[in-house]
Amino acid sequence: MTSGGIGRLVSAWTAGVVLALSGGVARANPEPDQLNMTKGAAEWSPYGMHMVALWVCVVIGIVVFGAMFVAMFRFRKSRGAVAEKWTHSTKLEIVWTVIPVIILIFLAKLATGGLTSFADTTGSEMTIKVTGYQWKWRYDYVEYKGKPVDRVGFMSKLEETSDRTRQLKSNLDPEKIQVDGYKTYLLDVDKPLVVPVGVKIRFIIVGGDVIHSWWVPALGWKMDAIPGIANSAWTNLKEPGVYRGQCAELCGQDHGFMPIVVKAVPKAEFEQWLATQEDEAKVQKAAQTAQATPVTAPQG
Amino acid sequence: MAHDATHDHHEHHGAPQGFFQRWVMSTNHKDIGTLYLVFALLMFFIGGAFAMVIRAELFKPGMQLVQPYFFNEMTTMHALVMIFGAIMPSFVGLANWMIPLMVGAPDMALPRMNNLSFWIMPFAFTLLLSTLFMPGGGPAGGWTMYPPLSLQGESIAYVVFAVHLMGISSIMGAINIIATILNMRAPGMDLLKMPVFVWSWLITAFLLIAVMPVLAGAVTMLLTDKYFHTNFFNAAGGGDPVLYQHIFWFFGHPEVYIMILPAFGIISEIIPTFARKPIFGYKAMVFAIASIAFLSFIVWAHHMFAVGLPMGAEIFFMYATMLIAVPTGVKVFNWVSTMWGGSMTFETPMLFSIAFVILFTIGGFSGLMLALAPADFQYHDTYFVVAHFHYVLVTGAAFSIMAAAYYWLPKWSGNMYSETWGKIHFWSSVISVNVLFFPQHFLGLAGMPRRIPDYNVAFANFNMISSIGGFWFGASQLIFLGVIVHCVYFSKKKAADRSWEGAKGLEWTVPSPAPHHTFDVPPVIHDDELAHGHTDH
Repeated sequence: MTSGGIGRLVSAWTAGVVLALSGGVARANPEPDQLNMTKGAAEWSPYGMHMVALWVCVVIGIVVFGAMFVAMFRFRKSRGAVAEKWTHSTKLEIVWTVIPVIILIFLAKLATGGLTSFADTTGSEMTIKVTGYQWKWRYDYVEYKGKPVDRVGFMSKLEETSDRTRQLKSNLDPEKIQVDGYKTYLLDVDKPLVVPVGVKIRFIIVGGDVIHSWWVPALGWKMDAIPGIANSAWTNLKEPGVYRGQCAELCGQDHGFMPIVVKAVPKAEFEQWLATQEDEAKVQKAAQTAQATPVTAPQG
Repeated sequence: MAHDATHDHHEHHGAPQGFFQRWVMSTNHKDIGTLYLVFALLMFFIGGAFAMVIRAELFKPGMQLVQPYFFNEMTTMHALVMIFGAIMPSFVGLANWMIPLMVGAPDMALPRMNNLSFWIMPFAFTLLLSTLFMPGGGPAGGWTMYPPLSLQGESIAYVVFAVHLMGISSIMGAINIIATILNMRAPGMDLLKMPVFVWSWLITAFLLIAVMPVLAGAVTMLLTDKYFHTNFFNAAGGGDPVLYQHIFWFFGHPEVYIMILPAFGIISEIIPTFARKPIFGYKAMVFAIASIAFLSFIVWAHHMFAVGLPMGAEIFFMYATMLIAVPTGVKVFNWVSTMWGGSMTFETPMLFSIAFVILFTIGGFSGLMLALAPADFQYHDTYFVVAHFHYVLVTGAAFSIMAAAYYWLPKWSGNMYSETWGKIHFWSSVISVNVLFFPQHFLGLAGMPRRIPDYNVAFANFNMISSIGGFWFGASQLIFLGVIVHCVYFSKKKAADRSWEGAKGLEWTVPSPAPHHTFDVPPVIHDDELAHGHTDH
């Protein structure tokens, strides 16, 4: 980082603090010098609860550390302070036990609400199965608007330029990898997950070999992909866009190279895309059957 | 006749002369305490060297120095060495040195076992570290060793054996501490007159005995899954990978309190000394430590909010976790009240203690945020968590150990350390540690997962700042080493028996350096001489 870089950083920082603390900005993917969580792009978001908890901590911190600094300034031996004798105050101790309990009850109520809405996957109009493998994701479209989807599924792994650049001492510049002006080093895949906006999507998340965790920050949650266990979660994306994330559970040597890309498109566009995929799957299936028949026939 | 016998006893029991006799065969609590502390310091630098590799690789985007697998070995080893090699043994070292002095006992209750529990450690760590040089490589599945990933490693048997040895050592140390505290107190040293440090260790020792066998069980199950075709954690065979996480964190959560409760004790000794005022709310402090210890057993699943627990379980573990804020808050408020109305001076131990209170509290704040399950879905396994537990374990546990080292060095060595260099070490450490860990909160909130060797360019600036802070913090610890070596071997400033003006407690009634044998005759307890004054308000 050059000195210009530091200057840029400071100004970006100031701007970031102002933006981040004034109620969040509609940024979906990690931005340079980002200071805070974003509201994300989905209906459910922990952002509000995060900000409440953050401010509760900041206020308590100011009060407690403020009292400490006053004490350190007023009661120092070099200013002639003489130690007092008291070592106890029941009243005070009750006060500073009860106030935190009240704050915690308030936070607990908020968090319980958040948890309840997160756990409610009912009323979803679409189901996607996500499977984690070392070191790629598989997406299978299970059903859409009550109808089973015919064999649409694919693997999704780190795209090739990032993969070449991340090799040890490749001497390639990560800054150069861009898609639509966004620097996508390690955050882009060969085949993104395509989903419609404005539809409540239920995800079924499983692990194929070891434990992975499916995390797109713009969706506001992560969920572990565990062998032998089917986890569920949901999202309802508000805006079309490309939302990027990564595996969030240590899953072996290429854990850091297991990105996730969710491409949200308008409903009509999605339906068209899904139909094309289903047609392709049919053609492929037919081709496979045609190929398989001559081989099995003579044996029969 | 009886008197003569006691006299004879004295003559024949100085420190042994030969190096081997003195240090390898030792049964003396002070020498064993020193061994533990020296071992922990060595491990602190080895674990620190691993951290330097991590921060160097993360200095900028792109892989520059090490292969991803080696990076994972480094994160795993850094954690195992720092937890089991540096923080825990240094607390045990402090316990060995100070508990007998503080309760007026001549030695630990089980001195020969004490020797054994120390000497297991170097073997355990030689075994653990040797895996780095083996063909299959060292453990690379994180210190939590979650299966099925950890079962892919080739070194699991060595790691499990090392963990068993560390566990045996910790349990023996804990038994010794409990036996000493409960049986060897001088007449008149009632339980509620013991220093808070002794209380904190008594409670910690019970935690150790309760949970180390649980870890031993978990890793043994890993071993049999790997080599004897059991299926505890193998889904294909009817097992459950999440079962491991429940067992591990039933150990692991109390474990993180094992690494902070003795710190509470240390800080509760140092702040009253330099505030020249007894600890505020002694009984509340003891009760708070006990409550935190109890709660630590019922919150383990907050490490697992993202594994897909039933909602009822998430709510229970969330509430229980949030409750810990109450006793922790009481402790912080009491430390502030101890300072309030005092007559403070700011020697190095006090500086580290004040930094502890502030920075540990910041770690506590992020802990409260992490406790909120819906928000944790976003924070979990990101750099926000890395920032959280390093605030708690570096500016918490490690700073308290440094404070303790400065505080008791005069008693151990008989010399005063260099206050100037102590303060340089403090300021250098406290600034760099914040440069190191504070930006990691931002990285986590922006979306950087932990345990990744390389990252998107959006995370570049804060990682670079963090790495600079890391190298600076690492270098600062060489000053610490220098101050200790200077104090022990070269300092010309002799320490008084009561090295600090406001110091109270039995350890300051014996000469500095503390003689090889102390309290052959039980001391008489005067309430005014105890750190917390009279307890019967």
